[in-house]
Amino acid sequence: MSYSKRADGRKFDEMRKIEAKAGVIPNADGSAFFKIGNTGAYAAVYGPRNLYPRFLQNPKKGILRCHYNMMPFSGKGNRVRPGGSRRSKEISLVTGKALLPVLNLDEYPNSVVDVFIELPETEAGSRCAGICAASMALADAGLLMKDLVSAVSVGRVDDRLVIDLDAVEESYEEGPVADIPIAMMTNSDKITLLQMDGLVKKEQLMEVLEMAKKACKEVYDIQKQALKDKYKVEKQVAGEKNE
Amino acid sequence: MGKLIIKEKEIAVPGELLAEGMDHLPGAGTYREGEMIVAGRLGLTYVDGRTIKLIPLSGVYIPKIRDIIICKVIDVSFSGWRLDTNGPYSAMLGMKDATSEYIARGADLTQYYDLEDYVVCGITNVTSQKLVDVTMKGPGLRKLTGGRVIEVDSNKVPRIIGKQGSMVTMVKQETDCSITVGQNGLVWILGKPANELLAIRTIRKIEKESHLSGLTDNIKKFLENEKSKLGGLK
Repeated sequence: MSYSKRADGRKFDEMRKIEAKAGVIPNADGSAFFKIGNTGAYAAVYGPRNLYPRFLQNPKKGILRCHYNMMPFSGKGNRVRPGGSRRSKEISLVTGKALLPVLNLDEYPNSVVDVFIELPETEAGSRCAGICAASMALADAGLLMKDLVSAVSVGRVDDRLVIDLDAVEESYEEGPVADIPIAMMTNSDKITLLQMDGLVKKEQLMEVLEMAKKACKEVYDIQKQALKDKYKVEKQVAGEKNE
Repeated sequence: MGKLIIKEKEIAVPGELLAEGMDHLPGAGTYREGEMIVAGRLGLTYVDGRTIKLIPLSGVYIPKIRDIIICKVIDVSFSGWRLDTNGPYSAMLGMKDATSEYIARGADLTQYYDLEDYVVCGITNVTSQKLVDVTMKGPGLRKLTGGRVIEVDSNKVPRIIGKQGSMVTMVKQETDCSITVGQNGLVWILGKPANELLAIRTIRKIEKESHLSGLTDNIKKFLENEKSKLGGLK
């Protein structure tokens, strides 16, 4: 048996529908919402701010703390137990590592930037949605950044290479499945996150990486547009500089 | 030959290409990557001669030398006071810079500035580690007594002050309040209670509508409207 048609009728290189919005949480210094298919992520950024206890401070650069959390009602199956789990701890870690290469934290010594990612609904690809939301929120917070990070999950279902697997595809039973979340700095084509669950051949991996590059560009354009939309109004007064 | 990719006064997001070639220079908030100039933060592009700058639109207050800020005293030590700057870094007010009065050796420093007092001070130095030194010696630098302090977005402070202080002067006159705006986004307001509330509403409105053109006229109308509703100032 081969996987000839996707369950939801998408093309093999087509992502689910994406929505993005910046500045959704007024109390945060920066925030964003990113939704792909039925997976939605809110990210809130606080900081740079004071860091205590003091032994955590780094006089050379600021530190980044990421916190990934699935809400109890977010999944399709059982209730997610609130509080941290092994899985959320791992995802928090890799999210931080995916975002760190773009951030220029040298400018904020001894301080901390906190990123909170909350997922009200999840259906596969949640860490990628979280990373996309977080990178927009960091930009919205006015932090010094080299680039935006865009993420998408790619993989194989049976004999086909696909972009943005959904929950049905992740649990496809009639053949092998590999799920490969990728995060990239789109403008410089550098990969900041690459994980793999399942097996693929080397050639397949190379091919799927090329597909991911293309998909990340699309994600990037949506992120960029969402950020610009938030600040569009500010443009009107740019001429009237005053002090 | 260098080429400007982005128009002036456009919003740029991090990583966006701003210009190509060596004819332009990277200013604040931008960086050079090979032959290209790239946005290093989210901001508004501003081309100043050959230099391309980004004007920040968001973010917390980062102390800059020569800023006049409003701070809260959070600690008193042997040699001075530690102040909260409404940002990630606290400032140090040394005894020498605190007052022109004579401070005796071993004197109780809380009689000059006590915990939780608000002061207007000027930043004299910011080190690479973001240690901030402030002074209270200068025109308008003083301890704030009475009134109330509100917090606004520090990126909107220039709009609240207006050209040559036109906006804040108008609010002061129309509401009969004393107002001091700190560059760090803290605003001190003193007047009769009803007038203070009106001034706060006005400042919130300025903050919210800071992007609209004709802001000064709008605010003037708003103030007149509100005042007639209140039946004139108390």
